[in-house]
Amino acid sequence: MHPMVTTSPQSRKSVSTLPNFTDLYAVDELLGDDERLIRDTVRAFVRKRALPVIDEHFEAGTFPHELVDGIAQLGLLGMHLDGYGCAGASALAYGVACEELEAGDSGLRSFVSVQGSLAMFPIWAYGSEEQKQRYLPEMAAGRMIGCFGLTESDAGSDPASMQTRAHLDGDDWIISGSKMWITNGSIADVAVVWARTESGIRGFLIDKGTPGFTASDVHRKLSLRASVTSELHLDSVRVSAGQMLPEAQGLRAPLSCLNEARYGISWGALGAARACFESAVEYSKTRLVFGKPLAGYQLTQLKLAEMATRLVQGRLVTWRLSQLKDAGQAHPVQVSLAKRANVRLALDIAREARTILGANGITLEYPVIRHMTNLESVLTYEGTEEVHTLILGKAITGEDAFG
Amino acid sequence: MKIVVCVKQVPDPNTPGQLDPSTHRLRRDGEVVLDPGDEFGIEAGLQLAEAHGGDVTVVSMAPERGVDAIRKALAMGAASGVLISDPLLEGSDALSTARVLAAAISREGFDIVITATESTDGYSGVVPQMLAGLLGVPAVTFAKSLKYDGTTLRVLRQTETGHDRVETSLPVVVTVTSGINEPRYPSLRGIMGAKSKPFQTLTTSDLGLTDVGGAHAGETMVAVVAAEERQAGEIIEDDGTAAKRIVDFLAEKKVI
Ligand SMILES: Cc1cc2nc3c(=O)[nH]c(=O)nc-3n(C[C@H](O)[C@H](O)[C@H](O)COP(=O)(O)OP(=O)(O)OC[C@H]3O[C@@H](n4cnc5c(N)ncnc54)[C@H](O)[C@@H]3O)c2cc1C
Ligand SMILES: Cc1cc2nc3c(=O)[nH]c(=O)nc-3n(C[C@H](O)[C@H](O)[C@H](O)COP(=O)(O)OP(=O)(O)OC[C@H]3O[C@@H](n4cnc5c(N)ncnc54)[C@H](O)[C@@H]3O)c2cc1C
Repeated sequence: MHPMVTTSPQSRKSVSTLPNFTDLYAVDELLGDDERLIRDTVRAFVRKRALPVIDEHFEAGTFPHELVDGIAQLGLLGMHLDGYGCAGASALAYGVACEELEAGDSGLRSFVSVQGSLAMFPIWAYGSEEQKQRYLPEMAAGRMIGCFGLTESDAGSDPASMQTRAHLDGDDWIISGSKMWITNGSIADVAVVWARTESGIRGFLIDKGTPGFTASDVHRKLSLRASVTSELHLDSVRVSAGQMLPEAQGLRAPLSCLNEARYGISWGALGAARACFESAVEYSKTRLVFGKPLAGYQLTQLKLAEMATRLVQGRLVTWRLSQLKDAGQAHPVQVSLAKRANVRLALDIAREARTILGANGITLEYPVIRHMTNLESVLTYEGTEEVHTLILGKAITGEDAFG
Repeated sequence: MKIVVCVKQVPDPNTPGQLDPSTHRLRRDGEVVLDPGDEFGIEAGLQLAEAHGGDVTVVSMAPERGVDAIRKALAMGAASGVLISDPLLEGSDALSTARVLAAAISREGFDIVITATESTDGYSGVVPQMLAGLLGVPAVTFAKSLKYDGTTLRVLRQTETGHDRVETSLPVVVTVTSGINEPRYPSLRGIMGAKSKPFQTLTTSDLGLTDVGGAHAGETMVAVVAAEERQAGEIIEDDGTAAKRIVDFLAEKKVI
């Protein structure tokens, strides 16, 4: 018996063959054996289980509950956390999984991001031992769903201006206010709610069914339709002291959660972009216009060349960022750069791909418009494009242009 | 119960295969994957092991990168893996393949050997029966369900018209059809744990075999010819008898 041989990337392919057009710099080959198998597994799951149902959910505006068990069994919920039923995978593996999920639909990736990075992560990073034991294994198994309530209707980009408040009443906390645009809100068994207290912003774990706590869904969305977005209402909700996250103090705590999720989004966006690009290439080869394939026109080729180039750029960014993150060295500004750059390139690719598909591009027969409208949400949540621009601007110049 | 599942690494069925014009053999230098047909065998093995105790060993004869197929099987839950890899084995015909697998499996010991009915790339469908012959045990083929009660293995054997009920004692070689079960996805934990499971690479000399491989192939590929162009399909216009004509046609082709 000896350790399993790992196949070196060089032995897989001769140097001269051009990699697949969605990955022209063969960044895939930089993946380790585990990540490659994770990629293949999630890709197969998405192709077999998610793609056949996602259009209908998108059209009906419903969340694909039937996929939660499968996603949990794959071990994707809280996959980058250690212990408490979580797999303890690398940041790279988490990124790869996000890319594959979002190649299916941004709503699936959002579900996994919120569960793992926004709901489980704060419990894992800032929770008490009891809280971790009680929530994390259930959440990793998909038996408990979580949500993350930071944004309010009048406090989005500027969460410090939040109005939700909590005060002590004996040993209990009384929380009042409301949260808006909360992914998974009405399907969540536990909400991580951030509120202002005398000692600054603190995080609270509020179980479904706690008196005074209700959620109602946002309807008439034209984006992220296969994902639940809700408003949380907190009307003098009483929770015991044990429901406060003891180690989370100040806005830094929720922002650190966002940093985890944004990292995953920078990978996820590439999945949506890839799906749109593949669709456009395929379509352009078979669609005849003025007597020859659309792919044979220079205007189309310019569009496709640009898409391929930007995908390569996006992949190199996430690849490097994952290395930094796995070395514990990823700076939030670097994460901002990746989220901003990759969501923008994904949206641009989706829109350009849409033009190639002509009228077909506006129907759910093809995945492009679904990805395109989804990406409008992805551009806005987890720090808008503008907010990430200001973060970068401040880091570069030292000048704060937020206020 | 000691269960051995044979798995083959094949060119990715999602990309069109190519024959090498000089050797008449399938080119295997592109993306290769665990034969999707073998996932049913792995799942069948895991289900037997979970229900009756024991564990699953996967065995593959393949070039060194065949390790990927074994890793996937380990990630799905197999307990250990054996890869027989040797430059000498290049160009092995079906009998060589069966002899090599039989030698490796005998070393491991087994109660049940599970294979697919035929591989996705070579699909000669003869390796398992040769294997059973060499191991001196019965071959029960085309299983669409397996039930074991501790002494007897009951198999529903898919036939053209229905199924046979077959009962056998162990040890035995069983070939399973696609669709016998729903193969599980490897879990993240399984994937991450696969590397630390027992795994060995054997050569022909480890198995004490000398007269195997291309140089000793009894079969030769005489020629490769393009398949005949398909005839245009028959269009049946409905004049009131269409349904009957379609049924007759399907019956004649033994589809129904
Ligand atoms: C589908 C979806 C799901 C969501 N899920 C969650 C969730 O689970 N949990 C949660 O807490 N939140 C969630 N959000 C909320 C999201 O994070 C906020 O919408 C986002 O932070 C922007 O806030 P806002 O909508 O209030 O926009 P505003 O902050 O009002 O911004 C409006 C516009 O002004 C720009 N802007 C803001 N500040 C400046 C400035 N200083 N200079 C220049 N321009 C500026 C913004 O970039 C934007 O273009 C979700 C949103 C959506 C759409
Ligand atoms: C002269 C000659 C040279 C050849 N050279 C090669 C060569 O270099 N490489 C090559 O791959 N093929 C080669 N072949 C084809 C070779 O005969 C078969 O591919 C191989 O022996 C297995 O046959 P099959 O795929 O048709 O198996 P089948 O009988 O269709 O396989 C049934 C099942 O048996 C099991 N099984 C089959 N093969 C293996 C294996 N290798 N390891 C573990 N389990 C297995 C699997 O479960 C499989 O689904 C050559 C054939 C000839 C005639």
